[in-house]
Amino acid sequence: MHKRLALFLAVLFSTLAAVLGVGAGTAQAEGETVFGFLFQRKGTERVAYEGVTVAVKGPKGFTGKATSDAKGRWEVPLPGPGRYTVELDTKTLPKGVTLTDETKKSLKVEVLEGQTKPVLFPLGKSTRQVESKWSQAAQLTAEGLRFGLIIALAALGLSLIFGTTGLTNFAHGELVTLGALLTWWLSTGVVPFFPDFGGLQFFPAAAIALIVCGLFGWANDAGLWRPLRRRGTGLIAAMIVSIGMSIFLRYFYLYLFGGSTRQYPDYRGATGIDIGPISLAAVDYWSMAVAVVVLGAVIYALVNTRIGKATRAVSDNPALAAASGIDVDRVIRVVWVSGAMLAGLAGVLLGLAQGVNFQIGFQILLLIFAAVTLGGLGTAYGALVGSIVVGMFISVSTLWIPVELKNVGALGILIVILLVRPQGILGRAQRVG
Amino acid sequence: MDWQRIIINALEASVGLQAVVFALAAIGLNVHFGYTGLLNFGQSGFLAVAAYGLAVTVATFDLPFWLGIVFGLLGAVVLALLLGIPTLRLRADYLAIVTIAAAEIIRLTVRSVTFEGTFGGSDGRQGFAGGFYDLNPYPKRQYNIGEFGFNERQMWILTVGWVLVALSCLIVFLLMRSPWGRVLKAIREDEDAVRSLGKNVYSYKMQSLIIGGVLGSLGGFVYALGQASIQPDIFGTDTTFFAYTILILGGAARVASPVVGAIVFWMLLSLTDNVLNEAIDAGYISSSVINNTQVGQFRFMLVGLLLMLLMIFRPQGIFGDRREIALDAR
Amino acid sequence: MPADQTEAAAEGHTATASRPDAGSRRGRRDAAALALKDVPHEPGAPKPDPILVADGIKRQFGGLTAVDVDHVELQRGAITALIGPNGAGKTTFFNLLTGFDQPNSGIWSFNGRSLSGVAAHRVARLGMVRTFQLTKALSKLTVIENMRLGATGQRGENVFRALFRSVWGAQEREITTRADDLLERFKLDAKRQDFAGSLSGGQRKLLEMARALMVGPEMVMLDEPMAGVNPALTQSLLGHVKDLREDGMTVLFVEHDMDMVRDISDWVIVMAQGKVIAEGPPDSVMGDQRVIDAYLGSHHDAVLTEEEEQEVLAKAEEALERERAENEETAQ
Repeated sequence: MHKRLALFLAVLFSTLAAVLGVGAGTAQAEGETVFGFLFQRKGTERVAYEGVTVAVKGPKGFTGKATSDAKGRWEVPLPGPGRYTVELDTKTLPKGVTLTDETKKSLKVEVLEGQTKPVLFPLGKSTRQVESKWSQAAQLTAEGLRFGLIIALAALGLSLIFGTTGLTNFAHGELVTLGALLTWWLSTGVVPFFPDFGGLQFFPAAAIALIVCGLFGWANDAGLWRPLRRRGTGLIAAMIVSIGMSIFLRYFYLYLFGGSTRQYPDYRGATGIDIGPISLAAVDYWSMAVAVVVLGAVIYALVNTRIGKATRAVSDNPALAAASGIDVDRVIRVVWVSGAMLAGLAGVLLGLAQGVNFQIGFQILLLIFAAVTLGGLGTAYGALVGSIVVGMFISVSTLWIPVELKNVGALGILIVILLVRPQGILGRAQRVG
Repeated sequence: MDWQRIIINALEASVGLQAVVFALAAIGLNVHFGYTGLLNFGQSGFLAVAAYGLAVTVATFDLPFWLGIVFGLLGAVVLALLLGIPTLRLRADYLAIVTIAAAEIIRLTVRSVTFEGTFGGSDGRQGFAGGFYDLNPYPKRQYNIGEFGFNERQMWILTVGWVLVALSCLIVFLLMRSPWGRVLKAIREDEDAVRSLGKNVYSYKMQSLIIGGVLGSLGGFVYALGQASIQPDIFGTDTTFFAYTILILGGAARVASPVVGAIVFWMLLSLTDNVLNEAIDAGYISSSVINNTQVGQFRFMLVGLLLMLLMIFRPQGIFGDRREIALDAR
Repeated sequence: MPADQTEAAAEGHTATASRPDAGSRRGRRDAAALALKDVPHEPGAPKPDPILVADGIKRQFGGLTAVDVDHVELQRGAITALIGPNGAGKTTFFNLLTGFDQPNSGIWSFNGRSLSGVAAHRVARLGMVRTFQLTKALSKLTVIENMRLGATGQRGENVFRALFRSVWGAQEREITTRADDLLERFKLDAKRQDFAGSLSGGQRKLLEMARALMVGPEMVMLDEPMAGVNPALTQSLLGHVKDLREDGMTVLFVEHDMDMVRDISDWVIVMAQGKVIAEGPPDSVMGDQRVIDAYLGSHHDAVLTEEEEQEVLAKAEEALERERAENEETAQ
């Protein structure tokens, strides 16, 4: 098995070497500018506003002005670094469009040397309107549910892998990212190593992406984790190996994909569908439906099929399961393949919701951990419940706390819940000693 | 290719600021993980608390430099208590998750626009190191042996940094040869056994968390003072895992291993960075394959791979004795 | 340093220092037998000089009641065996008494001092020290370091004093001397500098017992001291358990091997399904119908055929293996 491990690493190395044949550079603009986009988010759709005026004042009496283009973009070149005041002329906004916070119409920014400084004016329904609190809560709950379902897909895989092998897989976020990246590559036709691939429709692209994710999950187990289990590598050592893998893959993705966030070509803009106070794009509705169906199918399989029962038996007690004739290695293999596919699906859906970047999965890794821990480590249902709780909490909490701090709230709650109920929401107390 | 430059850069990196900072961070982790078996994945949080404690005290509130150091140290102790109270009674993996979450909470909070007035948002803080460089005994000039050398500011921070590293190593050495250190090592092996022998395991783990955290926080001070500015994203999870890589490289549960690890680690990174950059500039590697900005990404890939390979093939590190390390015990 | 620690340390010291001669071994056994002579053979029987008294101890895991003990007393200076089929709740009861787990309800006291809510390490310092079913030798520490760890009231275990060897050096030498004496007694002196992880199963059991003695306990609780021990070592282990009584300690142990129980115990407590179902001297308990039913199922004859014996043994082994696997699971 030493050989296999070496083989796996050799493959890893040679892929790395092979990629050195492709890769793309990014150009950096010289000179200082401020720029921004004037738009409003409706679900995942961005409505841009053209012809809005922005004024810039700076040191030594500098003044500048710009008007937004069809994409809502405006830009003002600056004479040099320093502190500037950027003001939005609210009178030039279309009727019915306002700043979410009227006091934010004038912003002070510090521009460093050579910097292209982005300035955003948040447009939309005023957050100060008290009467819309309830409809806002409904909207946020819906968005939270969507996010929670996506986390659940990833968390279920993580939880199954943890349950059957004891591995806390820090590279799980990279499986999520892989799903999103592959789908983007396949649907745009810009595939690393296969420059003449040609673009696919979104659905076939996603389907192929999931299959590749499954294969990658299998390769993970067969090439790395099974040999390590055979060697008797400890759980903590394995966890650290997965951290190394996470770092490696994340920056490998960065190398291949670059640092920007991109949308799937078929879903760059979609119209919102209103149901009562909730406004989501059609793609959000069906991505939630897909998540529910897949989660339901996995739970059904866990309860009713032979392999599902075997999986739960192995999670419960690997030694006993092995003794009663269950092929533990096969169960783990199935869990890795399905876990990676679930994570890949989470990535595909997450890419739809917020665009694709090289660390889309890593950014939700801690939330996945929080979900799994909240539900009780290693229990599949717990992971589901924990995910929905985390998703909802993150979304709804923005009613009271700034959006940029929403993850802080969720991670804080994780710590508090561990204090009160260490076994998680659905976990059981166990005998010690 | 300018091999002389490459080698001098590598030598400077091996004793430079990053090596000091990560040696201190890894010394703290060694107390946590190497000796006590505590999976602290939030070491970057301890560095952040110290750096921001100092920067905010001096730059935001205009208080004296030494008070900033005091607040930074207090911050590290309080963080250890906050992390330890909910988790030290629980399984090891809970501590891992809570510490990594706490470090992220700290980073997201200090970079937020909401608290920009205090912490400076994503641009961070600067203008707090004056008090430190006022104490600089080195006259203003370049201190060189051949091409290898530093200016007076670098000399001052490196002197202080390496003295701190030496003192930290001494403290760890004294503690780990004592009965106190024996209890820690025993907890790493099996905490129930230690409990059955009448030791208050919870208290020892808390002491370990505090001491390791404070040692790590020294790295935060050195970084902040050495750069004379701090940004929140320096204190991301990757910083913690760099420190783990360094610790495992040197061999966990040995006094000098974090230092050896840090020196070797930063020398290696400098070598690969410089060799690649020179090779790209000289046209040996086509810039369509890898360009100068991507060298940084390559460095991270290398670290990830290094961590994997070490853990798989040489968990005892470069110099360690396989029988002594705790990593494969569970 | 709290007074109880000092006392415990001092007592342990004298206990090991004054080894009894072979003649008095009988003495302690007879004394224990005499003291227990008039105790009725029924669950929860009061003892003339109880060191440990437990009342209404109940522990539930989810819907399962693992332990439900109405009343039980342990005689000071005697060797008491705790037996029962697997899943009877013996180890859980051990965990509860020693503070490693908290009961849902119940009170218990050691030397008249209530132990409800007392943390495990304090229970140990009060003089009640346990060992574990799966030996917990600290494998990456040497044998002598394992032993030194056991000593209580060490000055060098305080983080500030730890920095200065001059403060704890002398005490360390004393502890080492005591540890070496014990190692010699347990015939582990040749292994002094070896990593504990390199010892055989039986040697680990010996080390764990010797290390427990370093605490200077009044009462020693052994969870399956013979499990996994090479038959060649069992006699010597048995001797060591008997020696504990001769040194004036009280012993409570869990064991499956009936011959062993009969050989060394003064009193036997039988648990089944979390309850104490019978008590008495070994011979009387083993003849008790309730015990036979609970413990051996239909094999109620005192003398089993060889075939039957094999079958019972296989069953017991299987159950043991399962429990061990469970434990490993939990330990993860």
